[in-house]
Amino acid sequence: MAQRTPLFDAHLAANGKIVDFAGWEMPINYGSQIKEHEAVRGDAGMFDVSHMTAVDVRGERATEFFQKLIGNDVAKLGFEGKALYSGMLNEAGGVIDDLIVYKTSWGYRVVVNAGTTDKDLAWMAPIAASFHVELTPRRDLAMIAVQGPNAIAKAQAARPDAAELIAGLQVFQGLPMGDWFFARTGYTGEDGLEISMPAAEAIPFWNALIAAGVAPAGLGARDTLRLEAGMNLYGNEMDDNTSPLAAGMGWTIAWEPASRDFVGRSVVEKEKAARAAGGALLKQVGLVYEGKGVLRGHMKVVAESGEGEITSGTFSPSLQVSIAMARVPLAVKVGDTVQVDVRGTLQPARVVKMPFVRNGKKVYE
Amino acid sequence: MSTHIPSDLKYVASHEWLRVEADGSVTVGITDHAQSLLGDVVFVEVPKVGAQLAADEQAGVVESVKSASDVYAPIAGEILAVNESLADATESVNTDPYGAGWFFKIKPANPADLDGLMDAAAYGKEIGA
Repeated sequence: MAQRTPLFDAHLAANGKIVDFAGWEMPINYGSQIKEHEAVRGDAGMFDVSHMTAVDVRGERATEFFQKLIGNDVAKLGFEGKALYSGMLNEAGGVIDDLIVYKTSWGYRVVVNAGTTDKDLAWMAPIAASFHVELTPRRDLAMIAVQGPNAIAKAQAARPDAAELIAGLQVFQGLPMGDWFFARTGYTGEDGLEISMPAAEAIPFWNALIAAGVAPAGLGARDTLRLEAGMNLYGNEMDDNTSPLAAGMGWTIAWEPASRDFVGRSVVEKEKAARAAGGALLKQVGLVYEGKGVLRGHMKVVAESGEGEITSGTFSPSLQVSIAMARVPLAVKVGDTVQVDVRGTLQPARVVKMPFVRNGKKVYE
Repeated sequence: MSTHIPSDLKYVASHEWLRVEADGSVTVGITDHAQSLLGDVVFVEVPKVGAQLAADEQAGVVESVKSASDVYAPIAGEILAVNESLADATESVNTDPYGAGWFFKIKPANPADLDGLMDAAAYGKEIGA
């Protein structure tokens, strides 16, 4: 039985086209995915992300817990509210999920993906027990992402009593206000907020955001925006069998201190050495394609040094060309041309450094 | 959301519509239901003028932001004309699927092939409209 978020009725009211996403009935668009994409790049749009799960973490040894659990190091979080992005790895060095951890007054809050929530909680439970840490999944909360160059101002207009708190947030910082939590994070490459709140308050806030001129945007626009921003999608760019180093997540691993024994460390450390030695491994790059058709996930990529695969591809509404994220042989370099099997014929695509778009502008060469 | 199914057209299960013109040629496009499932169309490939296609043979591709779909010849025949404007104005497939968003005109190899196709009521039933 598909689950519904507290905003389901608001999606119907906004003519949302509902599809099944990871067991949730979610809006794919509200008419035009491209217009919603443009609203986020040029003004302000909002996404229901209530299907994602916030988990509060409490306990004297919560820091040690995270230092074991994830590849990045929460010791980097220097002040209350500061957040970091990380992979949570298994013993084989595969990615169980990607997540954001916030340092909070009570310990930490971690936000995980919808489709992986049950798996994540099952994985975390024994590790939490060994550090005597308490995990509280906050299924009582709804979450709305407000994104775009005017997102902060419009969110402040919709919630004037929180305007000061919002104004004080640094990028990648989140702070609570009562049962609400305002975080300056997102998945679009634009400035904006991810705001969680008690489920019963979600629809009034959604309507206040509409009144402030924020456009509802669906999962379709969310995908083209994150792809332009060069951000990974769990299940496409990485999964339980994919190394973070093959998924462009090397930067999320805190190798120092060398004594920190996070799960999967020994495996990814060996792989890192093999990469430095030029082993037959894959890495993540961006592709730009100006020919006929559109790059899609699972298309084969052929380079001089071997084969790879597109992990996500789409038509970029901001750039008006097709873009993709791909895993290709290590020897492939930015500026190279590779061949992509586009519906049966090999077509040339250019290798670029991601992201493709940041703050409304093209950023690759 | 309601879908538009004009009563003067014929339909096939792969979501193409057919309009029999006064000169006996047949104009083909994709239905309102099909464009709605695809979402914003960003690329269309049409067949070559003069191509001889069998019924159900691939006649082109329509790609939206979301996915790619083949377009099929609903009946056998020769391609008489294609909608060149779809090279730039792909959005007309979404905004005017039965008008400016047409794909190609085909000369039926056997006009009797049209008789077996669905009418609006049958197509409406087919898609659960």
